[in-house]
Amino acid sequence: MIYINEDLCKGCNICVELCPVQTYQKSTKINHKGVCVPEHPDDTKCVKCQLCTLSCPDQALTVEDD
Amino acid sequence: MTEEYFVQGNEACALGAIKAGCRFFAGYPITPSTEIAELMSQKLPKEGGRFIQMEDEISAIGAIIGASWGGQKVVTATSGPGLSLMQENIGYAAMTETPLVIIDMQRGSPSTGQPTKSGQGDMMQIRWGSHGDYEIIALAPSSVQECFDYTVKAFNLAEKYRVPVFVMADEIVGHMREKITIPDDIEIITRQAPEKTEDYKPYEAPCNGTPAMPPFAQGYNVHITGLTHNTKGYPDADDPKVHETLVTRLCNKILKNTDEITEIKSKYTEDAETIVISYGVPSRSVTTAIKQARKDDIKVGYIKLETVWPFPEKQLQKIAKNAKRILVPEMNLGQIYYEIDRVLGKTAKVELMSKIGGQVHTPNEILNKIMED
Amino acid sequence: MTEHKNRFLKYLREERLPHIFCPGCGNGTTINTILQGINKSNKDFENITMVSGIGCSSRIPGYVKCDSLHTTHGRALAYATGLKASNPKQDIIVVSGDGDGTSIGGNHLIHAARRNIDLTLVCINNDIYGMTGGQISPTSPEGTKATTAPYGSQDKPFNIAEIVKAAGATYVARWTTAQPVQLSKAIKEGLENKGFSLIEVISQCPTYFGRKNKLKTPTKMIQWMKENTIPIQQAENKTPEELKDKIITGTYINQPRPEFIENQDKLIREVSTIDPDENIRKAYGGNIE
Repeated sequence: MIYINEDLCKGCNICVELCPVQTYQKSTKINHKGVCVPEHPDDTKCVKCQLCTLSCPDQALTVEDD
Repeated sequence: MTEEYFVQGNEACALGAIKAGCRFFAGYPITPSTEIAELMSQKLPKEGGRFIQMEDEISAIGAIIGASWGGQKVVTATSGPGLSLMQENIGYAAMTETPLVIIDMQRGSPSTGQPTKSGQGDMMQIRWGSHGDYEIIALAPSSVQECFDYTVKAFNLAEKYRVPVFVMADEIVGHMREKITIPDDIEIITRQAPEKTEDYKPYEAPCNGTPAMPPFAQGYNVHITGLTHNTKGYPDADDPKVHETLVTRLCNKILKNTDEITEIKSKYTEDAETIVISYGVPSRSVTTAIKQARKDDIKVGYIKLETVWPFPEKQLQKIAKNAKRILVPEMNLGQIYYEIDRVLGKTAKVELMSKIGGQVHTPNEILNKIMED
Repeated sequence: MTEHKNRFLKYLREERLPHIFCPGCGNGTTINTILQGINKSNKDFENITMVSGIGCSSRIPGYVKCDSLHTTHGRALAYATGLKASNPKQDIIVVSGDGDGTSIGGNHLIHAARRNIDLTLVCINNDIYGMTGGQISPTSPEGTKATTAPYGSQDKPFNIAEIVKAAGATYVARWTTAQPVQLSKAIKEGLENKGFSLIEVISQCPTYFGRKNKLKTPTKMIQWMKENTIPIQQAENKTPEELKDKIITGTYINQPRPEFIENQDKLIREVSTIDPDENIRKAYGGNIE
């Protein structure tokens, strides 16, 4: 499962760019902080390589085993 | 056991530093202070300590600030041009409350000036040479013995008030050789580690204004910054109150303890109509001149400022309250003179006796000036 | 949210987050790779101290839960030299930017490398001054637009990795923030190298470099880095024209030689009966464990 901490995410979309299996998508939905937090509609695509958590500049992502 | 040496002022400073417990020196060669670095490079390894010749004076002071946080008593030695390069980091040390000692062997200035001649041109540079409001401590030795004594004292004051302390010597005392005596019962102040509490705040000060200093790599997990910081040590550069509280405390921990920090020597001041006020090497000629004048029944006394900064304002006003005339021999075109005039100018006529070019005032020059009136 | 906590947060001063970095700034990724590098290395996080100068990247140590010294502009390595020598038992990571580390701090950089003092420098090179609002830096490629180069930079940029290698560092590597796995590994290797280590991180400043140079978003900058990166082994067979404005990544040197503190310790043991370790935290005169 993927969790995004919306208090920390600044909406840079680096996870969208770097995910090798395109788990993340850009969003247009603005949250309470004025940020478009990326979406992850199908977590089963995730291979848990943790590249996104290593890359996320804002320490906003968590990828856990199901 | 008491030890005796026949050494230069520079060597006495190095011996004083080691006696005070200093085991770390970083510096850059500069005339006329280089012998201090040379002696430290020879002596420190024998004491299990470390000497580093850095790439410039900026890194020299950077290294000693770093080493101070690592848990060492630290010193560097320099002269005017090097001191100018150090200024930004002196402000950092004041802001972060880093204990350190800087020995300044003053030479003819400004700029490269007279590398091998004496002067007292750095007295205002050390006062506020770095940007902003801050206070430092400065001592001015006039003999080789005082080079030793004041260096030890500088370390003690640095530890007690967590502030840069300057030993403002000059080329003459630095290169002069005299006998010094090192007693075995010298008071050495050691650093006290703060208590490790759950919500430890490194910059929460007790009522005397100076918090205990935590060493690095000991689990305190402190963040030290030159930015305006709160009691936790975290940057808080926008809140006017945080800035005012911090900077006021940094100044007051020195200013409010001026009486405790400063020492002055005086003689024949009770009935003196004229008082000569000096610091550093001109004091040698002053004492000779005054003794001679007293023999001739001239009512003249002297005050020697052992501590120049913080300025011993109240002590001066007390001792010099009956004087009509104050003479200030300085090896510059007037620096401490203006401070003395500010403090005593209302009750006495304050006159500057400048001498620049590298030579100290002779006793006769001072005597003649006394007689002039 | 707390049960699903990002794996790096436990090493950070969470009360200070979110950090001040702009969206998509490479500094945040570099924090992760530093922490990952420490974790994968034979060093203990509890034994790490950090030192930095001035600039965006120099704010990193203030977010990490360790002792940290945020010093003056360009002087981090000078402070770190003293800090390390005062207590060689700590493992010190220095963080700088390209302006802080190679412009105002350039002299300290080459001398720290010359001494081969056991420090690990993570130099985050984003080709621009970010904190002051996008001025040209010594690493900006020719033609770069910046607020102080409105017509494009005319100067030849520094090659940081090559300079530091030539100055005598014993570990030098360069990776981009688009290669966080390799970057973490390089930081691990740098930490484990007993000597001066430089890890040059080619990073993105979308706010200033990107906006001025037609790479407005963080993802565009990441794409640009990916497209222009060449591994050091492949670069050997290419002409200077082919390598113009390319990012050559990999390990530049990993070759130990006697380290500064080790040399000092050797000397001390020759001339003194006092062990240098006895003097650690000497200012406290035994008032501390």
